[in-house]
Amino acid sequence: MTSAAIHIRDLQKTYVVSERESGMKAALQSLFHRRTTEVRAVDGISFDVAPGEIVGFLGPNGAGKTTTLKMLSGLLYPTAGEASVLGFVPSKREKSFLRQITLVMGQRNELYWDIPATDSFELNRAIYRIPISDYRQILGELTELLELEPLLHKPVRNLSLGERMKCEIAAALLHTPQVVFLDEPTIGLDVTMQRRIRTFIAEYNRRYGATVLLTSHYMADVEALCRRVIVIHHGKLLFDGELASLVQKFTAHKTIVVQLENPNADLSAYGEVVSYEEGHYTLRVPKADTARITGRLLADLPVVDLLVEDPPIEEVIEQVFAQEGS
Amino acid sequence: MRGLAALYVQQFKTTFASMVQYRASLVIWMISHVLEPLVYLIVWSTVSYTGGGSVGDYTTREFAAYFIVLMLVNHVSYTWIMYEFEYRVREGTFSVTLLKPVHPIHSDIADNISSKLITLPLMVLIALGLAAAFHPLLAPPMWAVVAAIPVLILAFMVRFLLEWTLAQSAFWTTRVTAINQIYFVLVLFLSGQIAPLTLFPAPVQLVAAILPFRWMIGFPVELLLGRLSPVQALTGIGAQVVWLAIGFALFRIVWRAGVRVYSAVGA
Repeated sequence: MTSAAIHIRDLQKTYVVSERESGMKAALQSLFHRRTTEVRAVDGISFDVAPGEIVGFLGPNGAGKTTTLKMLSGLLYPTAGEASVLGFVPSKREKSFLRQITLVMGQRNELYWDIPATDSFELNRAIYRIPISDYRQILGELTELLELEPLLHKPVRNLSLGERMKCEIAAALLHTPQVVFLDEPTIGLDVTMQRRIRTFIAEYNRRYGATVLLTSHYMADVEALCRRVIVIHHGKLLFDGELASLVQKFTAHKTIVVQLENPNADLSAYGEVVSYEEGHYTLRVPKADTARITGRLLADLPVVDLLVEDPPIEEVIEQVFAQEGS
Repeated sequence: MRGLAALYVQQFKTTFASMVQYRASLVIWMISHVLEPLVYLIVWSTVSYTGGGSVGDYTTREFAAYFIVLMLVNHVSYTWIMYEFEYRVREGTFSVTLLKPVHPIHSDIADNISSKLITLPLMVLIALGLAAAFHPLLAPPMWAVVAAIPVLILAFMVRFLLEWTLAQSAFWTTRVTAINQIYFVLVLFLSGQIAPLTLFPAPVQLVAAILPFRWMIGFPVELLLGRLSPVQALTGIGAQVVWLAIGFALFRIVWRAGVRVYSAVGA
């Protein structure tokens, strides 16, 4: 037993996939002899997540994020290693385990298409055996937090993608799971809807003390919700720590935005000029030299305003994968 | 149990709400269910009529009774789970089901019973219409009508368990349609669907008695037609119970293995 809500050690998942060349001959050959290759989707990763923590789980497509989430929710058997969620072994799929978790996948739906979402909610109430008073309360809260009221009584097929996603999330949380796996919950949604779902996840975590493991391609989601991030690539763990130290670790540069009185100066001697816009120069400088260059800029030039920034998180992540890929 | 009862009630409401959304497909489904026995009825009535009023031990009016009752029995024991399962596995929607703290067979049973209850009044009306048109000879003894209740329930359970188990072949192969085709042909000939089994040669009748198909369809029909003795009826119930036990054992084994396969290749 461990006090962590999620605990994994050396977790591995290897898929055996059959492959063949295209064409008739290869098709016939494959009748008698199948060639298979092993694909290591998850290759020995370990981490713990404390109860109530929200952790961002990052990696490019095919990194092994979804495979990991599926192993943690009991949909996939690990090839090797150990996993425990709330003290349960997920692959045993015990009922008391399934009652305490949820997995929301951006493209999967659990709502009946032709009937209003409330009817599907009622079915989930019966499946999870939620007492009617608890059900009314949580449904009330979800309706308020996700602004579901106008959507509840329309057939699901008539809802927009964002509206449907909100209903999907509500359906997945009616049983107030203690551990929430979110796989791209904001995919394909517009910025306003993304923000609403983000706020909601933070609020759900606060209200119910739920542990959240979240994958997203939108760094805004991660920045808004996760102090801690776990980055994987090719099934291996690259980084596990605070978002801020990810930036520290993987960026060799800082950005200096400087505004000058006379807009026609040449700043290339101070660093790489990334852009120039309406009197604002953006310079990229080596992290170690930031203080020195800032001092020189202030001493040498008629500076109106100066700002030192970390590069945007997207850029950092891109760099992490680029470094590993090379 | 109370939890399961609540689930069945809720599934009934959900199925009802979904079904009324699809009135057109509901009608098409009903027509296909009526059309098949109707075709056999007309064919056999014609054969019987031209053959001097009977074929084997069935008169023209008994054929009418046979196929009208068969239509109703088939309505009770029919499942569509084999098409459904293939879709679920192929589209990956099965993952959502697997995350639920309830065995998926419960939702399927509830959905099946619900759909049938909803369409039953219409089926009965159609049967009455056919009876008016074809004048079936139907006079079963009272005991047979009473016995038909457990027999029909058993027929449904055996067929449901076997087809649910067979449907799980979708975990292993993507060519479920081929397996379904073989299965449907076997059912068609060996259950009494295409013709009463007593019209087949003795070896075929023996095979039919050993295999489960007759016990899912033909046996309840024969019972309701008053063609069986109490001993034959009891023997039939015994066969149903044996097949139920076999079906349940297979269902447990295949389910466990199937989920393992599904979970290994990528749910």
